[in-house]
Amino acid sequence: MSELETRLLDRGQSAAAAPKTELPSHKWTMLIDLDKCTGCNACVVACHVENNVPIRSEREVIRGHGQHWIRIERYWEGEGDAQRATFLPMLCQQCSNAPCEPVCPVYASVHSERENLNLQVYNRCVGTRFCGNNCPYRARQFNWFAPQFEGPITEMLNPDVTVRSGGVMEKCTFCVQRIRRVEEDALVEGRPLRDGEMVPACAQTCPTSAIVFGDRSDPQSQVAQRLGGQREFQVLEHLGTAPNVYYLKAGGSDGGAG
Amino acid sequence: MAEQASLESPVWNRPLPDDPELAAQVREIREKHLLQDARPPREVAEKVLGPMARLGRVFWLALIVLGGLTATWLATWAYQAYQGMGVTGLNRTIMWAPYIVNFVYFIGIGHAGTFISAALRVLKFEWRAPISRAAESLTVFALLVAFTMPLIHMGRVWKFYWMLPFPNQRQLWPNPRSPIFWDMTAIFTYLTCSMLFMYLGILPDIAIAREKASGWRKRLYTVLALGWRGTDREWKHLDTTLNIFSYGIIPVMFSVHTVVSWDFAMTLQPGWNSSIFGPYFVVGALYSGVGAVIIIMAILRKALHLEYFLREEHFNAMGKFLLILSFTWVYFYFNDYLLPWYHKEPILTVIFRLFTSGWAAPLWFTMLIANILIPWATLWSRKVRSSIPALVGVALLVQVGMYIERYLIVAVTLGYPELPFDWAVYVPRLPEILITLGVFAFVVLGITVLSRLVPIIPIWEVVEGQLLQGTRRIGRAIFPAKTEAD
Repeated sequence: MSELETRLLDRGQSAAAAPKTELPSHKWTMLIDLDKCTGCNACVVACHVENNVPIRSEREVIRGHGQHWIRIERYWEGEGDAQRATFLPMLCQQCSNAPCEPVCPVYASVHSERENLNLQVYNRCVGTRFCGNNCPYRARQFNWFAPQFEGPITEMLNPDVTVRSGGVMEKCTFCVQRIRRVEEDALVEGRPLRDGEMVPACAQTCPTSAIVFGDRSDPQSQVAQRLGGQREFQVLEHLGTAPNVYYLKAGGSDGGAG
Repeated sequence: MAEQASLESPVWNRPLPDDPELAAQVREIREKHLLQDARPPREVAEKVLGPMARLGRVFWLALIVLGGLTATWLATWAYQAYQGMGVTGLNRTIMWAPYIVNFVYFIGIGHAGTFISAALRVLKFEWRAPISRAAESLTVFALLVAFTMPLIHMGRVWKFYWMLPFPNQRQLWPNPRSPIFWDMTAIFTYLTCSMLFMYLGILPDIAIAREKASGWRKRLYTVLALGWRGTDREWKHLDTTLNIFSYGIIPVMFSVHTVVSWDFAMTLQPGWNSSIFGPYFVVGALYSGVGAVIIIMAILRKALHLEYFLREEHFNAMGKFLLILSFTWVYFYFNDYLLPWYHKEPILTVIFRLFTSGWAAPLWFTMLIANILIPWATLWSRKVRSSIPALVGVALLVQVGMYIERYLIVAVTLGYPELPFDWAVYVPRLPEILITLGVFAFVVLGITVLSRLVPIIPIWEVVEGQLLQGTRRIGRAIFPAKTEAD
């Protein structure tokens, strides 16, 4: 049985109805316009809710045990009255040449060539934390304790996403559960995936639309159209990790601030 | 003269020369060198086996204290495994710290034992005879501890066997690209080789102990001696096997700490990603390891009354060894810092400034004083090298220095990745402190118990060494010399 047929069966659909095609490959890419980022942290909240990311207490967060798949890194520039904050939303960069992958002794951190994603297999992880150390972006989050969801939050857990156990590593997945759903919808309806159909939680929530998500291999997609400008950069590009998250520099030709 | 005497009378009965001046010289040589100061084998054996069987009050006290600390270690580990790694001071930037520091440190300690034993055996340095087993036992216990450290450090230790290569229902092998996999392989090889090497060397001594012992010791030694009878054939096989092991174990030893260094050097972490880490770690390991052997020698000498075996000459030689290793280590350390200082990469400059003038400066300067200043200022002097308290003091300082050095590399440097937002400081909490104390106690406990169970001085190697030694007279002076038997 093909991967596709298995997945359709999981969704209660007949395998016979599956088109006789393989799943298409994508180059999922995220573009973050820093000029538009206001540092409001809405993406952080959306990500927590969508991906069942454990919410740690204030004390634990101060101790460096906070778990956020996306975070807003705040840097100060200038002195005195001229001082202003710039924001850098940081999440797993889904590197094409990911440093976290080769160091894992148990293949918990693996690459999906087809989807251009860096995947974390939670139940294979034994918690050596080598990947976390080797991530120059420190985008990987470790479950320092078994997750606890209090009160009504247990009713809000996303059934499409695993709740990870204590002692394993986790990280941004580009909302892979949403990718799966739109992919299968498109296949069942026998049409190619439309640009803008797949929106991760952070991009969906961003009030200024600073985050754009899409398939870079589709030249008509918004991401592909906007790539290649002068403001484009990748964080720590010189390390050769080949990230799939692109940023657009703040403070462009309009002289605006970050 | 010596040869003739050995033909006529046993080596331990050699008469002094008639000339009083020459006699004084011979007496001095015998006082200085263990191998010249031959005694009947029965007496030599008694000097080792006697104190071994007498378990005094100090022994029981040590057993209780060290056993208690070891139990605390295991209890803390259980607590940490149950609660989660969050009980430690680790944070999202510094995901490795206390246990990996211990890991590197104990692997380092484990180096010297086999080095002294195997390398000096290959090079035929006879003076090593009484030291080798104490050093080997240090290797074995340090490696055992080092082996547990990555396990203690794991988030889900109950799944540790997933890192081992064995056929399983998941149809998944460990990742051969991961330095952790090389680590496991290298350390496991080294541990197995070291244990076999030590056990082979013990066999003839166990057999001697078997002949003298009674009660439970007799039964234990009978099993452990594996039926050793001391036939020519057995000796020949033992000699060949030990030689093969000695030659084989030296490259393994170099590989182990190199592989340990690759855990760091293969990453993208600034300050770790350095091609000099391999040899630098090997030398650092030998440096701290030789220091640790000196400490263990002094403790065993005191506790088991081994003054006859462990003499000034041994401490003197080990002191010289320590000084040479200190020079070598500084060479690599200097290299490791000169390059970042020279090319001024921003993040490496941040780390360098942190050491020279930041919050880590007290640690860094303590390390420099303990590792360089004091050994260099003292060890050149024969007086210091021959004085056991002074030498042990220096060796203890080297332990402190080398521990801090590993701490700076692992726990401090790791807090400074490329993006300043992630910069963090690691502060140890109670679980790490208890576990670290506990593993140190366990190593000492292991050697304490082992030194009461098996002859910690290789009786047969000492006796054999004594048989092969003699003196030569040149004019009016007498020199220690080796006979032609080898």
